[in-house]
Amino acid sequence: MRNGTLPKIVFIVYVLILMTPIYWLVKMSLQTNTDIMSGLTLFPRHPTLEKYFEIYNDPTWVHAFGVSLSYVAINTVIAVAVALPAAYAFNRYRFIGDKHLFFWLLTNLMAPAAVFAMPFFQLYYAVGLFDSIWAVVLAHCLFNVPLAVWILEGFVGGVPREIDETAAIDGYSFPRFFILIFLPLIANGIGVTAFFCFMFSWVEQLLATTLTSTHALPFAAVMTRAYSVSGMDWSLLAAAGVLTMIPGAFVIWFVRNHIAKGFALGRV
Amino acid sequence: MTEKPLNNRAWFFVLPVLGFVLFSSIIPVMTVVNYSVQDTMGANSFFWNGDQWFRDLLNPATTIGARFNDALFRTLAFSLACLAIEIPLGIALALCAPRKGWAVGISLVVIALPMLIPWNVVGTIWQIFTRADIGLFGATLVGTGLRYNVTQEPISAWMTIVVIDVWHWTPLVILLSYAGLRAIPDAYYQAARIDGASRWAVFSKIELPKLQKVLVIAVLLRFMQTFMIYTEPFVVTGGGPGSATTFLSIDLDKIALGQVDLGNAAAMSLVYYLITLTVCWIFFTVMTQLERRRDV
Repeated sequence: MRNGTLPKIVFIVYVLILMTPIYWLVKMSLQTNTDIMSGLTLFPRHPTLEKYFEIYNDPTWVHAFGVSLSYVAINTVIAVAVALPAAYAFNRYRFIGDKHLFFWLLTNLMAPAAVFAMPFFQLYYAVGLFDSIWAVVLAHCLFNVPLAVWILEGFVGGVPREIDETAAIDGYSFPRFFILIFLPLIANGIGVTAFFCFMFSWVEQLLATTLTSTHALPFAAVMTRAYSVSGMDWSLLAAAGVLTMIPGAFVIWFVRNHIAKGFALGRV
Repeated sequence: MTEKPLNNRAWFFVLPVLGFVLFSSIIPVMTVVNYSVQDTMGANSFFWNGDQWFRDLLNPATTIGARFNDALFRTLAFSLACLAIEIPLGIALALCAPRKGWAVGISLVVIALPMLIPWNVVGTIWQIFTRADIGLFGATLVGTGLRYNVTQEPISAWMTIVVIDVWHWTPLVILLSYAGLRAIPDAYYQAARIDGASRWAVFSKIELPKLQKVLVIAVLLRFMQTFMIYTEPFVVTGGGPGSATTFLSIDLDKIALGQVDLGNAAAMSLVYYLITLTVCWIFFTVMTQLERRRDV
């Protein structure tokens, strides 16, 4: 369907509204704390990159950024990789316990994290993974793997089953069919799933901070420095907040063509 | 549509998923169940308390029961308000979003930005943004003559949390719907064009049914997240003014950490969990039935 002028205007207005709070965050990060508190200004009066340099020059912040990036990346890869065959199985076959299992997966997204933080700590301490990125990777699998299965299942369902049958008749083995023919067809779903897994792991703070202490301290934990006894460091928190948007923005930029890819029934 | 083939070997495809999820779910869940039937005097001494926590909780005549009841309705109202705004808005904006050219990449990145900000920072942005003296949002509303004050007016506080949630999470619905829309084969649109179908017919007969699965996920996710909302109200309003924005998870947190009442908190979180579960199960079952009926 082609877009007319009205949808374009609606979309642009939405984007502008959405950007205002983000602009406010960027503006705050460029101001000093006194400037932020002294009154309403649309532009920073004395723009300064001071807080960005403070973060850049502090090894703790830089290390924490790397830690966060690594567990999020590993988690995203694991979640999407194990969810793909499962999503295919749930959509294409019936097997004993399939419906119960599928719904049970979702129930793992419902746990109020605050209550589960302590048991998680005990569990990972007992298996010796405490304060390593693997603890966070595994803990985040609890919600990201089910999420990935659910989203991907919806996209697998969008592919007509005739495609699987035609490929089998054409003599494709299952692995070759799955990787060469099927995965490209659900590229939209894989792109959006990868982004959501990345995003949910990236913004999760409670488990990530509970399961780490010094070696694997995530960026979110270092951020709590902004709340100190001497008062709230608004501009430091804002600068850190601006920096946290960057990796995810790159992720969605790299998967943009997959998400927006049109569905062409090329082979059939 | 023919029935799916029965194939128990499909279990092998599912096993890795099961392994990863079970590892992190079984033991923590059992620990919480264990807490919910015990009382603690601190110092790791627990004694059996049976179903007393649950009975108190579900009886509105007790203090804790009344409190739970209030928080529950507040949270349900909040979830429904957010869903009622975000789902239609998300679908509409996904339909408006550009499909080709340079604007696609930029639009997707911009839409994704709010979700990428850690939740406490989201709260902090809005805490400043809604202040009448130094925030654009607050200043604008007060400038138009509204009695807007997040820290003193319960209605302002409640509406602000809804606005924040809409700002924060409508992008999730847009992205899911957008990817879902792009996954619809062109052949469907061509057929509709040949039949001379109206824009509305294309939407209600092709796009909406094809989006159903994706929308079910969007609704379930949004329901679970809004029902568990914690960080934003905690940072922006602290649950106040009064108890206007004391949603379930904030109340739970006050009991678990503030009063170190682990038994009560665990019982509360189990009841809370069962409510989420029931709502999701009903919604999911109804939607699956609808889909099956349409396919036949």
